[in-house]
Amino acid sequence: MKICVLVKEVPDAAVEKRIDPSTGRMDRSGEKNLNPYDTHAIEAAMQIREGGSVQVDEIVAVTMGPESAVRALHKSVSLGADRSLHLTDPALAGSDVAATGYALSKALEKEQPDLVLLGQQSDDGECYTIGAVVADHLKMPSLTQVIKMDVDGGSLRCERQAEYGYDTVQVEMPAVISVGDAINEPRYPSLKAIMGAKKKPLETVSTGEVGIESGLVGEEGSRVQCGDFHDPPAKAPGQIIEDEDTNETVEKIVAWLDERKLI
Amino acid sequence: MPDVLTYVLHFEGAFNKNSLGAVSEGAARAEEIGGQCHALVLGGDDLTDELCSSLGAYGATKVFRARGPEGLAQPVIDAMAKAIDDQGHGYALFGGGLLGFEIGAGLAARKQAGVTMEVTSVRAEDGKLVAERPILQDSQISVSRYRGDLGIIIGRINAFEVVSRDGGSAEVVDLDIEYSSWSTQASMVQRGEQRGADVDIEGADVLVAGGRGLGQAENFKLAEDLASAFGGNTAVAATRAVVDAGWYPYAAQIGQTGKTVAPKLYLAAGISGAIQHKVGMQSSENIVAINKDANAPIFEFSDLGIVGDLNKILPKLTEAIKDRKGS
Ligand SMILES: Cc1cc2nc3c(=O)[nH]c(=O)nc-3n(C[C@H](O)[C@H](O)[C@H](O)COP(=O)(O)OP(=O)(O)OC[C@H]3O[C@@H](n4cnc5c(N)ncnc54)[C@H](O)[C@@H]3O)c2cc1C
Ligand SMILES: Nc1ncnc2c1ncn2[C@@H]1O[C@H](COP(=O)(O)O)[C@@H](O)[C@H]1O
Repeated sequence: MKICVLVKEVPDAAVEKRIDPSTGRMDRSGEKNLNPYDTHAIEAAMQIREGGSVQVDEIVAVTMGPESAVRALHKSVSLGADRSLHLTDPALAGSDVAATGYALSKALEKEQPDLVLLGQQSDDGECYTIGAVVADHLKMPSLTQVIKMDVDGGSLRCERQAEYGYDTVQVEMPAVISVGDAINEPRYPSLKAIMGAKKKPLETVSTGEVGIESGLVGEEGSRVQCGDFHDPPAKAPGQIIEDEDTNETVEKIVAWLDERKLI
Repeated sequence: MPDVLTYVLHFEGAFNKNSLGAVSEGAARAEEIGGQCHALVLGGDDLTDELCSSLGAYGATKVFRARGPEGLAQPVIDAMAKAIDDQGHGYALFGGGLLGFEIGAGLAARKQAGVTMEVTSVRAEDGKLVAERPILQDSQISVSRYRGDLGIIIGRINAFEVVSRDGGSAEVVDLDIEYSSWSTQASMVQRGEQRGADVDIEGADVLVAGGRGLGQAENFKLAEDLASAFGGNTAVAATRAVVDAGWYPYAAQIGQTGKTVAPKLYLAAGISGAIQHKVGMQSSENIVAINKDANAPIFEFSDLGIVGDLNKILPKLTEAIKDRKGS
């Protein structure tokens, strides 16, 4: 079977994220990295391959993003993907969630995967929903936030936490599954894999090549317009204690609690 | 069209509180733009006429009832798409929760609609609804305006208050749905499994909450020792990260897919303060956080923040509180 993993390049966790006031889009300059949740999706694909209960012929990393996003693809390949697909086109800039999911689904259609894996959330977008959008376009069953997944012939037995506790859901493939960070512990890439990543096949496609209707993507094709960015109501900052001498710190905490009659 | 369609989730014969909040919110906002609020429910025989029409008490005028498997998103997408095709709703509104995210996003794909998630406030503007969403760890607010026939609004948990009105009763309409082939390719094996002990964190005055920073399941003892030092009505709570890891029972989880709490004192040890955790505890009267990372988001909403190693601080704090109690 073929597994496609959706991966995204996001600002590094240490970079302060902000909205560029001139464009109303996220300022994506600064250090970037592969979205941490996506490394769990790649690891999940690797574990299916190594588990041996089904034969995995190919793991393909797929991203939509500017030129720089190839770094996320290289990283994905170093973590185990066999090759990658980069959907990139100026026409895609400013796409909202629905438009992004639509565009990704068109790129995926070209690949005809049996399973699409993705991360439960991106560090910058935080929409948790790309999987559900992609699945509806691909006409595949879907589940998000999966923390345990077992392959059983042509279906997956998935577990996740929902509103009332843990749900176990049987999903028939082809399917779209987003995974949470509790699903596995991603491996570190070997030096050899890092060095070899740039040599693995990487295909670049534009919107026209995968049949994306231009009216449905980019800023024009997006049905949501975000704007009027403003600060939330100011909240008085709390008191901060840097722990240097723990006895002293604890005294301060106890005094603080005492003052408020909390002990 | 100014009508608003909401999805109402239910479990074991009771409606979800956040869904009821969505109905209340939908009814109030629909009125402002000259429309009505409808609700859609999907499930088995437990969805009686009486139960469904009771949604009128929150402002729904009509309830669409579909028969189908509960707890999965895709059948609901089919049902909502059908209701919207029949009635031409202008907005679909969801309370916080996991299914709302999946259904709202799938519906956006199906109907080529705009979608905004984590919405904390909705208002009417020139006869249309606009939605506010905090972004970037709640440091900014972004306002969504919709183009096209349908706008989809997915609320943040606890964002919409449940408001009951007098004497409302809704008309119940059965929807005949032909489910998409892919909607029937997922089936619920077990729903709502409670993992681990049944503990009560909602009634506690003092909550000591532990996160991944505790390092391992055994270290929850540090939190438990501190809790018992406080004595009285005290409990230990947890984040989803540690519940998913099997370190602590699900019943102790605070947050979006756990409990909402508002104790007199909430003390976090090794918790980063992700939005999905914050939404479950931000109404606590006093918030104290111990975290070794000075940039942890939890310090943005703590009354007292301690930057340091919990392994050093917790045992000494426990002793100090015991001493203080003893004196
Ligand atoms: C749809 C959805 C629903 C969710 N629902 C929930 C929910 O209901 N509840 C919930 O909690 N989460 C929920 N989450 C997950 C949430 O996003 C976070 O992943 C989770 O809350 C993180 O838990 P944590 O703070 O324990 O772990 P982490 O984010 O890993 O934080 C651990 C913290 O411990 C600190 N630390 C490490 N070692 C030490 C030490 N020795 N001393 C002091 N500090 C230390 C670190 O600096 C770090 O800040 C949900 C996510 C999604 C997408
Ligand atoms: N531009 C993109 N290209 C590829 N995958 C993406 C893109 N945006 C989001 N994803 C995937 O969708 C997941 C959830 O992202 P989000 O819905 O933004 O929280 C991420 O973890 C990725 O796996």
